[in-house]
Amino acid sequence: MLPFLKADYGNASSVHQRGRIARHGIEAAREAVANIVNAHPSQVIFTSGGTEANNQALNVMRSRAASGRCVVSAIEHASVLDVAKQLLQYGYELNQCGVDVQGQVIKEHFVELVATKPLLASVMMANNETGGLQPIAELSAIARDAGVIFHTDAVQALGKIDVDFAATGAHMMSLSAHKLYGPKGVGALIVEPGFDVAPLLVGGGQEKGRRSGTENVAAIVGFGMAAMLAQQERTPRAVHTQALRDHLEQGLRALPDIIVFGQKAARLPNTLFMAVPGIDGETLLMELDRVGLEVSSGSACDSEKTGASHVLLAMGVDPELARCAIRISFGKDNTVADVDALLEALQQQIHTLRSLSSMAWA
Amino acid sequence: MKLPIYLDYAATTPMDPRVAQKMAQYLTLDGVFGNPASRSHPFGWKAEEAASEARIQVAALINADPKEIVWTSGATESDNLAIKGAAHFHQRKGKHIITCKTEHKAVLDTCRQLEREGYEVTYLDPEENGLIDVAKLEAAMRDDTVLVSIMHVNNEIGVIQDIAAIGELTRSKGILFHVDAAQSAGKVAIDLSRLKVDLMSFSAHKIYGPKGMGALYVSRKPRVRIEAQMHGGGHERGMRSGTLAVHQIVGMGEAFRIARLEMAEENTRLLALRDRLWNGLKDMEEVYLNGDLEHRVAGNLNVSFNFVEGESMIMAIKDLAVSSGSACTSASLEPSYVLRAIGRNDELAHSSIRFSLGRFSTEEEVDYTIALMKSKVDKLRQMSPLWEMFQDGVDLESVEWAAH
Repeated sequence: MLPFLKADYGNASSVHQRGRIARHGIEAAREAVANIVNAHPSQVIFTSGGTEANNQALNVMRSRAASGRCVVSAIEHASVLDVAKQLLQYGYELNQCGVDVQGQVIKEHFVELVATKPLLASVMMANNETGGLQPIAELSAIARDAGVIFHTDAVQALGKIDVDFAATGAHMMSLSAHKLYGPKGVGALIVEPGFDVAPLLVGGGQEKGRRSGTENVAAIVGFGMAAMLAQQERTPRAVHTQALRDHLEQGLRALPDIIVFGQKAARLPNTLFMAVPGIDGETLLMELDRVGLEVSSGSACDSEKTGASHVLLAMGVDPELARCAIRISFGKDNTVADVDALLEALQQQIHTLRSLSSMAWA
Repeated sequence: MKLPIYLDYAATTPMDPRVAQKMAQYLTLDGVFGNPASRSHPFGWKAEEAASEARIQVAALINADPKEIVWTSGATESDNLAIKGAAHFHQRKGKHIITCKTEHKAVLDTCRQLEREGYEVTYLDPEENGLIDVAKLEAAMRDDTVLVSIMHVNNEIGVIQDIAAIGELTRSKGILFHVDAAQSAGKVAIDLSRLKVDLMSFSAHKIYGPKGMGALYVSRKPRVRIEAQMHGGGHERGMRSGTLAVHQIVGMGEAFRIARLEMAEENTRLLALRDRLWNGLKDMEEVYLNGDLEHRVAGNLNVSFNFVEGESMIMAIKDLAVSSGSACTSASLEPSYVLRAIGRNDELAHSSIRFSLGRFSTEEEVDYTIALMKSKVDKLRQMSPLWEMFQDGVDLESVEWAAH
């Protein structure tokens, strides 16, 4: 990224040399991003992030018809759910497809909803809280057979599992760079060849008129590099993080009453969503933070509100228990020592907080 | 002196090294890389702290309250958010919008989109000097006008609109006023505590900050309501969702901080360079300055070299990075719509060059530019049959061209 922040600062739409260097950087990045998801570079629309990509995908509804319905799973990220809810204000309708206790989309429910001819269906590839994976190729085939536009939010999946856009059969797919060791503020919407996607931002005609605005050259180049590295290192990264997660799960078995959500479903290799019943998730993570362990009580985008995770509620988890949830997500730079430190801290915290709460009850 | 000489600061600016250095601290594991929305750990808090400081820095340059700043991915998004956001929120009051033909495409294309949604848009003609006649703007106002969108500084010809006067007018009529200030922030003093502006768009990469970063000022007193255009997560008080790119925000803050400290001095320097450039060119035959010279940002000079075709000139002056029209339209060979709107004919519009000077421009570069322009324009004209006819005193307007 650094050359494009310093010497090669041109506007990619300028025809002079500096502009052309910037253009070249963007096109190389486009190829790298296309490669990692098995798409053609012309299918890649760069956006300001996963949120914008999701917004643009769902807004296709508005460009297609003045009214209609969309079907989304109940565990989608806020940038899908909130857009879908916003569409209600414009007279569109919304159906949420339920999930089972493991967080898997209930296929019969999805089939039923799609059969009623909505305009668009959107199901995420990997959930950001539980890490649970959905059978996207199967769901998209169901949607397609019914003539329904299908979108998948692959923001959390990219780089952790094999994401093959062609194989998903989706019309559109959202990506983000900063979940992939790339920079914040850049993402992409991948579209099927020939699929007409209306722009969310207009004025300037960049990205072949599908996304206007001066390209964030350095960030796009960073995204390309992150994608290239992820493609090369995906397997070792997955093996490494899964080993850490397995080690954690094994250690957790020795602790009393720990609940791991969505454990029986196929999951991302690096994610574990758990609860210690009776210990508030926020409290637990503050305590863990004091000993230098940074985890989360759910998605960062939900954490400005302190309610229980909508994902867990959709899975039928009791709200009291849902408030106890913490998410542990590993990266390529974590070590076994990190996991051991976490296990030790958990054990200690459970001991202290439990005795405190029993004192409070006494 | 290094070639090519960059004279396209209006398209984008190199980052100030101080900005790049600051941003680098917010990218990697040994710096602050957290998600500011993560409330649960210091990585998130530090990121949030840095974003707050940047918000204060951006607000300080334009004398606004930090709470009035909404981060966006750039001025294009700010323009889209302001215009669609205001139009959608106030559609019950009316569906008429007024703008100007010389606005940036981010404004014009957004208005076109609203027209397709059933809104009516009046596109004002500017005067020949590029400025809006406020009386004509007033005459275009109707009972159902909800929004006026006029840019502060034009990206091609650099003219400065009288947004103070326009603001008085719109406020007295209860109409919202949006200003695209992508080209003016850091170049023209902006005091939003006095200006009656409701919404104002900013870009970072036009003032030595990063690309992919901008802001929208949304007035709190009086409180201006707009409808969010991007949803999910409820960042930016619900007006703009999406993970804040901390390094980008910090970069914009630093760029605005530097601009506030150095703007006055920089303008004096740039004005001297610009005058030097114009003085070096204006005595050539058949050159025309586009746009008012008085009401104009210091770094901009837009000149038409009659009888020379713009694109072939750009090819001939490879030592200069300049543009013919704006970057956003320069990929097309259409003559500049801005120059057409101020009454320039196709020939003059086609032969225009925008020189935009900036922080790292030098006197030596300007002198080189003058010499190069003189020799290349001369050379291209030698090859032009039209120039020859003109020299022979043929009135080109009266020639009837035969088709072959």
